[in-house]
Amino acid sequence: MSVNVSKRTFDAVIVGAGGAGLRAALQLSEAGLKTAVLSKVFPTRSHTVAAQGGVAASLGNSTEDHWHWHMYDTVKGSDWLGDQDAIEFMVRKANEVVIELEHYGMPFDRTDNGKIYQRPFGGHSMNYGKAPVMRSCAAADRTGHAMLHALYQRNVRANTQFFVEWMALDLLRDAGGNVLGVIALELETGEVSIFHTRATVFATGGAGRIFYSSTNAFTNTGDGLGMAARAGIPLEDLEFWQFHPTGVAGAGVLITEGVRGEGGMLRNADGERFMERYAPNLKDLASRDVVSRSMVTEINEGRGCGPDKDHVMLDITHLSPEVIMKRLPGIREISIRFAGVDPIKAPIPVVPTAHYQMGGIPTNYKGQVVAPKGDNPNTPVPGFYAAGECACASVHGANRLGTNSLLDLLVFGKSAGESVVEDFKTGNLALHPLPADAADQALARLARLESQREGNAVADVRLAMQRTMQKHAGVFRFNDLLKEGVTRILEVAESAKATYIKDKSKVWNTARQEALELDNQIEVAKAAMISAEARKESRGAHVRDDAPNTDEHPNGRDDQNWLKHTLWFSADNHLEYKPVNLKPMSDDVEPIALAKRTY
Amino acid sequence: MSKRTVKFKIYRYDPDKDAAPYMQDISVELDPSDKKLLDAMVRLKAKDDSLSFRRSCREGVCGSDAININGTNGLACLTDMEGLKQPVVLRPLPGLPVIRDLIVDMTQFFKQYHSIKPYLINNDPPPERERLQSPEEREELNGLYECILCACCSTACPSFWWNPDKFVGPSGLLNAYRFIADTRDQATNERLDNLEDPYRLFRCHTIMSCVDVCPKSLNPTRAIGKIKDLMVRRAV
Repeated sequence: MSVNVSKRTFDAVIVGAGGAGLRAALQLSEAGLKTAVLSKVFPTRSHTVAAQGGVAASLGNSTEDHWHWHMYDTVKGSDWLGDQDAIEFMVRKANEVVIELEHYGMPFDRTDNGKIYQRPFGGHSMNYGKAPVMRSCAAADRTGHAMLHALYQRNVRANTQFFVEWMALDLLRDAGGNVLGVIALELETGEVSIFHTRATVFATGGAGRIFYSSTNAFTNTGDGLGMAARAGIPLEDLEFWQFHPTGVAGAGVLITEGVRGEGGMLRNADGERFMERYAPNLKDLASRDVVSRSMVTEINEGRGCGPDKDHVMLDITHLSPEVIMKRLPGIREISIRFAGVDPIKAPIPVVPTAHYQMGGIPTNYKGQVVAPKGDNPNTPVPGFYAAGECACASVHGANRLGTNSLLDLLVFGKSAGESVVEDFKTGNLALHPLPADAADQALARLARLESQREGNAVADVRLAMQRTMQKHAGVFRFNDLLKEGVTRILEVAESAKATYIKDKSKVWNTARQEALELDNQIEVAKAAMISAEARKESRGAHVRDDAPNTDEHPNGRDDQNWLKHTLWFSADNHLEYKPVNLKPMSDDVEPIALAKRTY
Repeated sequence: MSKRTVKFKIYRYDPDKDAAPYMQDISVELDPSDKKLLDAMVRLKAKDDSLSFRRSCREGVCGSDAININGTNGLACLTDMEGLKQPVVLRPLPGLPVIRDLIVDMTQFFKQYHSIKPYLINNDPPPERERLQSPEEREELNGLYECILCACCSTACPSFWWNPDKFVGPSGLLNAYRFIADTRDQATNERLDNLEDPYRLFRCHTIMSCVDVCPKSLNPTRAIGKIKDLMVRRAV
């Protein structure tokens, strides 16, 4: 493929048109900035569409609520690895961004008095852990779909300029570290173009497809993380992956925690509601990491269901068919189609499934990407912003609470957009000249795929990566498996350098796209395995056999040595660490003091 | 269950190298866990990496993998392999230009969607809190807001085949009614004006192919009927 590189100039480019990208785009479009939004899928096909259960906000429509409680729950959920300034920022902005969305037309369910309907959700509590609270604002069990469409629709109204089915290939930086935009590929034509900009916003979502069994879409390949890593930006806390308790056994398709919010229970082979033993207070609505580990423990101890005793059951047969049809219609559809059972009549077979990446591109709560420079580990990278699952603000720390992801993408999508507009107005964003070699890295990757006449099949390398991640960095982690996992994943990374595609067409070449995506997935997989092997404690979703629960280290957590964020650098796979911010943004709230996590 | 081999006949066309489209005969061995058509297509792609199709969520909510399966439009990810007549004939959605293989150019489809102003119009200053809506009022949106824009319906509609530039099509009209039915929207008259045209709305002849193929079990024909009723009521 001989490549002519065209060039387009914009004030800003946003990569990704899921919830975070679309929310950021609104800020920029409404402020009149000349903005290009790139997405490799039509915006309403982005994976935000698959979110089900709701978005958290302490509106207090059905039960008393307060942002202080939401903040406490989020810090505790994060196992104290979340930055308390960013968490305070997020929970205090929640009502505003959810109400805005309602004004945009989002079809939330309603209470009898016409307000937004809210349901209980895992880890969300009243009065600092005392009882479940109704905090999750929901549109049936299709909240992400309703939200993504409402945001897209609002962008149609705002005349946002989209480049649909364009895939960003690499981030452009100059020798001074300034970010200058991206180089991207139009899938339909094979055209390669530089988007030269003052500001670049990454909203590229997660990379859950690095695991073999995942709730994620095929397209969740961590493109933003790969591009950032190749451009010398470190990736933060990538050892922390959320395994959602309830993926459909075998298929991996998500069953929302909202099912348990509406009264669903997990049962083992004996029919026992086993969460009562693990989390006497919140039971089935304990935090996701806790529930997933409890399920795996039940299975490992022989109380799993089915002929292979390899899953447990999610039971809602005690709920009335009316409630199921009204509040959980999508789940019933998924269950019938992917598990072959009607949940009105029989329980759904479920198993913990890779779902969400807590770590990502390091940012502050303004959505500015930060990296170490001199003594400051949090120096903003000029011209670079990130929001949503690809970013790490860090509000989720070592474990995210359900419904905080949709909140994250709204709050930080908006705040990244506001930061771009503000930095633009104050003259902090220059259009730095493009170096002569700006396109070289991306063009070299394309040229390699073009010229490679034999080598490793993309599907084979991807499968090896997914199996390695699944086996060596799963729900429970083991010292020897992690060590071996690092060796294995570096081998897989080597084999990815020699991927070969037979298809050399210019037109909509999905083989080429998958090979380029694999490069990004490999960056994320290396970061995840290496960071996980290095963290010698158990915290949140990262639990290892050699860091058990002791009096000195409750739940295996070691605050003295490991209360810090990991930063992984791609160039030489080295790790650095930076402190967790335990201080809230304002004096309106006391810091949430370190404590042992129980539910 | 053991492995089984399934035969396919697939529409292939790469404008970069093919003078004309052709049907490819290909078979693939499936694992017992390959339950859906999309699972089989992923296997086919591992065998022949040039086979091109869109896909993303694989659970019927993103709307990417709409294709024509044994003559009927549907989502590959929701179609069970069991019961599919062999050879399984896969074609791109009918009525839209083909870009490559099973990938169609959806410009016309989205142009019609955009033409109905698919966003809430309410010119009152936004209140501090949510606009109130009763559960009954909200229920009016059920069966409308769930549309995933997959285009199965519009590309199954003979009226859309004849006039894709003039007839809004079942999906666009369903979405138009989604906003008309929303008690928070103030633009019903403007929306009806926008559709009062021999082509935009009235090309629907209630053939109901849209209802037959919708993978989300929505009923565009009913929504179109409701818009027509409102037009009539407005006229008298």
